Amino acid sequence: MYDLPDKRGHFGPYGGTFVAETLISALDELCKQYEYYRDDAEFQAEFFHELKHYVGRPSPIYHAKRWSEHLGGAQILLKREDLNHTGAHKVNNTVGQALLARRMGKGRIIAETGAGQHGVASATVAARYGMECVVYMGSEDVKRQATNVYRMKLLGATVIPVDSGSCTLKDALNEAMRDWVTNVSNTYYIIGTVAGPHPYPMMVRDFQAIIGNEARQQMREEYGRQPDALIACVGGGSNAIGLFYPYIDEENVRMIGVEAAGKGIDTHEHAATLVTGRPGVLHGNRTYLIQDENGQIIETHSISAGLDYPGVGPEHAWLKDCGRAEYVAVTDDEALAAFHALCRFEGIIPALESSHALAYAAKLAPTLNKDQLLLVNLSGRGDKDMATVAQQSGISL
Amino acid sequence: MNRIQSVFSQLKSQNRAALIPFITAGDPDATTTVALMHRLTQAGVDLIELGVPFSDPMADGPTIQRSSERALKHHISLKDVFSMVAEFRKTNQSTPVVLMGYANPIEAMGYKDFVQTAGHAGVDGVLVVDYPPEECTEWVRYLKEQNIDPIFLLSPTTPESRIRRVAELARGYVYYVSLKGVTGASHLDLHEVGDKLSQLRSYINIPIGVGFGIRDEQTARRIAEQADAVVIGSRIVEEIEHSPAADLLANVGALVESLRRAIDAKSDHSSITEK
Repeated sequence: MYDLPDKRGHFGPYGGTFVAETLISALDELCKQYEYYRDDAEFQAEFFHELKHYVGRPSPIYHAKRWSEHLGGAQILLKREDLNHTGAHKVNNTVGQALLARRMGKGRIIAETGAGQHGVASATVAARYGMECVVYMGSEDVKRQATNVYRMKLLGATVIPVDSGSCTLKDALNEAMRDWVTNVSNTYYIIGTVAGPHPYPMMVRDFQAIIGNEARQQMREEYGRQPDALIACVGGGSNAIGLFYPYIDEENVRMIGVEAAGKGIDTHEHAATLVTGRPGVLHGNRTYLIQDENGQIIETHSISAGLDYPGVGPEHAWLKDCGRAEYVAVTDDEALAAFHALCRFEGIIPALESSHALAYAAKLAPTLNKDQLLLVNLSGRGDKDMATVAQQSGISL
Repeated sequence: MNRIQSVFSQLKSQNRAALIPFITAGDPDATTTVALMHRLTQAGVDLIELGVPFSDPMADGPTIQRSSERALKHHISLKDVFSMVAEFRKTNQSTPVVLMGYANPIEAMGYKDFVQTAGHAGVDGVLVVDYPPEECTEWVRYLKEQNIDPIFLLSPTTPESRIRRVAELARGYVYYVSLKGVTGASHLDLHEVGDKLSQLRSYINIPIGVGFGIRDEQTARRIAEQADAVVIGSRIVEEIEHSPAADLLANVGALVESLRRAIDAKSDHSSITEK
């Protein structure tokens, strides 16, 4: 039985609590509270109630029949996280953490965001539960994601542009950590992915595991069996771990994480951390990182802002090393091609992040038999990506 | 007795507190750092904390983050930092140098290479901000084998059980972070510091330095009345940032001399609890 992490948040050599002393007591407190509520029936009941009535779960599994026929191989099934309220899987986690923050008596939540999806999901639950919300966002991302910035403001959040470092997600994360250290008595920090110090990788995984748990039941009921492979995109890796985790002990189900190869993994412009990186310590945990020979973190690139991160969740690092999951990378161009294919064949506009998973499915499916099943996590919808995609086609909206 | 111990034992016999400046190696450029270290010792500092620049200094405020960015523009690596320390040691055998930084550059180099090169260069202690005691048993063993002191942080929120753990592992001195927040913040509660120091002293029998939030002579003097060492970082780094190249050594020197005078003017009988 897979039972990681250990008590102090280690997944093999990865994970852990690599933070300054000033944050330790806040994390200890969070661990204690989460361990308690993790097994608290009332907390879990409220969580599932919110997921059903506010988020709109369960999300269906949809058979992309025309696209599968076109590809001429395995059948592609989509776990429709794009149909969730706010348009992505991120909200599963923010609902869970906001409920925890409320029980811990914290009236102020902070979050970091790259593309703005986690920021929107945080601002959403803050509004829902009447909490103050401050979102840190790299100033570059603020420019690239103006619509999401406006969305957060509509929801009552304060968006603070971060002007340090590369002015992107990792810098927003640094800044949110600093806010937390300073205001820990009244503030809860909602990390949006399965990275950061313990207990975040475990806690975010647990909240996202609803994806895989539903999928197992739906597959059993609707297809009478589990899929041959699971495919999900990996930036920090929360949607992937949410789908993978309940399947870890089912060893005949392949698990494939798809990273962003950007302009190619042989260029310097990609975000394929597990495929090309080396282990190190960043943002509170030991994991694979994209870094130079001196251990400095390198700026990453992906057409999808949500995958544009130089680290990855420590549990993915472990699943890679122990061989349970496979990690591959697809380029911006391949992701865009899959994006357009899903639009045309299925009438579904996918997020650019999820398009990476779709692109790998499109490569893998033709190599398999028609009775094989690939379950792809369609982690978000592409409405937020209209401007980016239009620009790629030389159109300005 | 190593350099850190002898400095503190000498200060103790003189009833003085140590003045510890923090500067980032390679800020504003590679050539200035060694000259600056010598100017600091002339100005009367007892030990130098030399920051190893890192791309993501999570526990630092904007001032020290910018100093890291300036150094990284010149691609300052750990190897460069060791060269600076070795260069400094050519003419200074007495002032201890403590490297302060983040885990990843050390992980990239490997523990073994790091401690050996650090030992040869003349490094006396290392403080890795994101290696809390729980995560660094092996690391501490490597350091101690090379006779390099592992320096640890303690904070206002550190519970008793952890203070005991740090007391077991730490050598040289411990660094008490005098406020919640990041480096360079500005709301220091002197009463709280005094109370906490008495608590820490019942577990820790090596010197205790206090830093974070010490920005002026008066605060430095008040801290010196309670602590074994006063650590000043952001204020000095600000001076480096704002000084034209030609005046940099003179400006930083003058600032540190004034802090030295303030610290030495501490009153032995005054208590931190008075207003």
